[in-house]
Amino acid sequence: MTYHSNADLGGQSGHGRVIPEPEGELFHASWEPKALALTVAMGATGAWNIDMSRSARETLPNYESLSYYALWIEGLQKLLAERGLLREAELAAGRMLDPPGALPRVLKATEVAPALAKGAPTERTPTTVARFAVGDSVRTRLGNVSHHTRLPRYASGKTGRIERIHGVHVFADTHAQGLGEQPQWLYTVAFEGRELWGNESPAGLTVSIDAWEPYLEPAR
Amino acid sequence: MRDRLESTACHAGVTAACRRESRIPELAKYTGAMPHDHPEHSDLSELDLRVRALQTVLTQKGYIDPAALDILIDTYQTKIGPRNGARVVARAWVDSAFRKWLLQDANAAIASLGYTGRQGEHMVALENTESRHNMVVCTLCSCYPWPVLGLPPTWYKSAPYRARAVKDPRGVLADFGVTLPESTEIRVWDSTAEVRYLVIPRRPPGTDVLTEDELASLVTRDSMIGTGLPKSAAERV
Repeated sequence: MTYHSNADLGGQSGHGRVIPEPEGELFHASWEPKALALTVAMGATGAWNIDMSRSARETLPNYESLSYYALWIEGLQKLLAERGLLREAELAAGRMLDPPGALPRVLKATEVAPALAKGAPTERTPTTVARFAVGDSVRTRLGNVSHHTRLPRYASGKTGRIERIHGVHVFADTHAQGLGEQPQWLYTVAFEGRELWGNESPAGLTVSIDAWEPYLEPAR
Repeated sequence: MRDRLESTACHAGVTAACRRESRIPELAKYTGAMPHDHPEHSDLSELDLRVRALQTVLTQKGYIDPAALDILIDTYQTKIGPRNGARVVARAWVDSAFRKWLLQDANAAIASLGYTGRQGEHMVALENTESRHNMVVCTLCSCYPWPVLGLPPTWYKSAPYRARAVKDPRGVLADFGVTLPESTEIRVWDSTAEVRYLVIPRRPPGTDVLTEDELASLVTRDSMIGTGLPKSAAERV
């Protein structure tokens, strides 16, 4: 099965200039706050995890044409539909047509503040020794995989240096596929600009990604 | 630099802002507003109606508590925002022991000021120096340290920033009206996992007499992402 992320934008050209925005401006349409809240509240039900929701959004065929909160709404509908929790016809009707599905939990108003303050830490207790140490030279995996991944294309098949070790974290690749947390060592890997962009690279540029151990091999 | 683009708020009724927005197609694309020259928001009503229908049906099914939605919105509109991060930075500027703690264990240092939780579970603080400027991006989606900076601005989530920050950060800085010396190393951090980064900008000169609260008022959101610099002492209102 082929898998293509439409969200992997690093290094692409032709998107134009960045348009700054004043600090207090959070929303640009009256429906956006509700889109945010619905997405966070449904995420808290445990019907899916954050990696599944990122995967649902990045594979939307119309990703590029959607505003960010519109992406969230389309992603939310997709996640609900895939699990039989909501049909498009119910949205069109504006009312429930099917009986509700079962959810692990529902976020009650009184639980919002404690749930936000707690968050969802992804660090887990190590059961293996880290394969790499700070300063090690590593090469990232080359080529496409057939599932959600967090190795950007621009940093694929590149040689960098381990700069930080963040402990063992839930592995987004398996978590997104419903294959469990399968925690892996997580590293900050830093690349010289020239390694990523060749002669196009500006001088004095270093770029890092956070990479789980399965993305990395020792560099010779 | 902060006034480069006037408010682009596109709430219903703010038609002047929307007319401005319609002249900026690339912004309209990322805010969901299609170019429009009519005064009403009919082009937005489809999404508006869809979100309303979603809320109605999800409530009927018992998946959501509508009161929880209101609290979520209020939290990110009034309680959790970049003033939190500004207080972290100001403390680091005045208290060298805190600064050291922040750089070694950002989670604990930030939690000591009361900021924890969703999308900031694993914090790392990055200190700008004379020779190194840090900039944070999420090229794959919109990862951002919510407990200290709140919700990300539109540009942070949009294609131009995500595409260019890792390849042409000086060009991005120019879009924000910022120029750094050629000798400064630009260090870009792509947040590809659940680690969240907070930039600690350099303390502006001539601020020795300011209190911690006054210093916090100099710390802009963009300076904590790395696309801006703090206000100078003279810019303080």
